[in-house]
Amino acid sequence: MNADALKGGFANAPVGAAHGFRAAMNAMARPGKIEVVAGAVPPAPMSAAAGVLLLTLCDPETPVYLAGAHDCEAVRQWIAFHVGAPLIRPERAVFALGTWDALAPLDQFAIGTAEYPDRSATVIVEQLELVAEGAVLRGPGIKDTARLGLPDVSVFQRNAMMFPLGLDFFFTAKDRLVALPRTTKVEAG
Amino acid sequence: MLDLSAKSPENAAEMSEYNFAYLDEQTKRMIRRAILKGLAIPGYQVPFASREMPMPYGWGTGGVQVSAATLTPEDTLKVIDQGADDTTNAVSIRKFFEKTAGVATTEETSDASLIQTRHRIPETELSEDQILVYQVPIPEPLRFLEPSEVETRKMHSLEEYGLMHVKLYEDIAKHGAIATAYAYPVKVEGRYVMDPSPIPKFDNPKMEMAAIQLFGAGREQRIYALPPYTKVVSLDFDDYPFEASKADHACDMCGAEESYLDEVIMDDAGNRMFVCSDTDYCAGRRAAGHVGAQAVADREIGQ
Ligand SMILES: [Zn+2]
Repeated sequence: MNADALKGGFANAPVGAAHGFRAAMNAMARPGKIEVVAGAVPPAPMSAAAGVLLLTLCDPETPVYLAGAHDCEAVRQWIAFHVGAPLIRPERAVFALGTWDALAPLDQFAIGTAEYPDRSATVIVEQLELVAEGAVLRGPGIKDTARLGLPDVSVFQRNAMMFPLGLDFFFTAKDRLVALPRTTKVEAG
Repeated sequence: MLDLSAKSPENAAEMSEYNFAYLDEQTKRMIRRAILKGLAIPGYQVPFASREMPMPYGWGTGGVQVSAATLTPEDTLKVIDQGADDTTNAVSIRKFFEKTAGVATTEETSDASLIQTRHRIPETELSEDQILVYQVPIPEPLRFLEPSEVETRKMHSLEEYGLMHVKLYEDIAKHGAIATAYAYPVKVEGRYVMDPSPIPKFDNPKMEMAAIQLFGAGREQRIYALPPYTKVVSLDFDDYPFEASKADHACDMCGAEESYLDEVIMDDAGNRMFVCSDTDYCAGRRAAGHVGAQAVADREIGQ
């Protein structure tokens, strides 16, 4: 194993994960609100924020799909050492990680079942930056409206139409993350 | 029993560290994933593998597990039991987290970042920076109509809530009003019917709030959630609209007319008084100089 794979986990796992979860929860509860996280230094091309999400939420019970450039030796080793999550094909993934283009088509991921809509994938979309302008967001967690730059609009409109089924998204860039659950109604800004 | 052999090296290493907030990291991750799905599907009950806690069921083990997975060392915790900070249950949960998570604690609603509650929502309006964790005994609002989990899950999936309306309407036929005073069912975002836990129906309208609301049922192994500003509507009928009723009285201690009151029997002669169920709210009003009827009477006797 590459020595670099041993680095970049939480210095204090319980506290790092507690902080990571608070940010992830605040983000999922308030779609469009950008959170700043710290504590993970994963190998490129994975962002620090995606690293925090994986360290906080994933383990041997959560198969992860790595898309495109994220499916590289350095990332695989880092996940094997710090997270312990099995890597898997898209249809069985509980978490998926990659750029927007690499993750397509999104209908390959689980959207849950009528009786268990929670059995759906959480998709982590790596971006160069997060921008609080662009598409208009409405729904639970948003007082009036929020704004967020999105790679597409119609995809998220279709996702919301499937409620209570559907995918839940995190967008990550450097040390920042933001979420877009299936409940959010998206309009082009 | 924890099976260390199934864990990654990192997880095995974690086990030798102390467990922040009692639970091991793998358990907290499982609960955290359930909370996120709960927030993404408001009002839907997410199954989770509840752990043994060092307190009996009925003491809020579901709420305690949700709090344990949510607390950070910087949090300030408040615990209330039917509005009071000083019951045995509230005190022991507060001590538990002081010891296992090292968090600061408070009795003042506005100073708390995380509030764990049994059967009340504080009178003081909660802010965006706060989290409210409910202890839930029976998470399934349809349970008293249908004992089978398989059936209730199917009913939720098909939005088959007619029976619930029939039950409420039978109340009206029998009593002239909907008799349900606690755990009054709500519909979330026009989709899932949800049990708000046994809060008085007076508290139902407060559920559309700025804070994050998380619900934990330990024995029943369910977690559900409401993001801020989620639409929460108490079930009712056009001709019998929902009413957030309370005792038609003012608090005898602080004079509050808008707070939920407990009726307290004072002596063998059956004299009684009405007092805010939210002890912090009542104490805060009294400290600010508000006076209720009983306090006035006491003062006159003293003179
Ligand atoms: Zn009072």
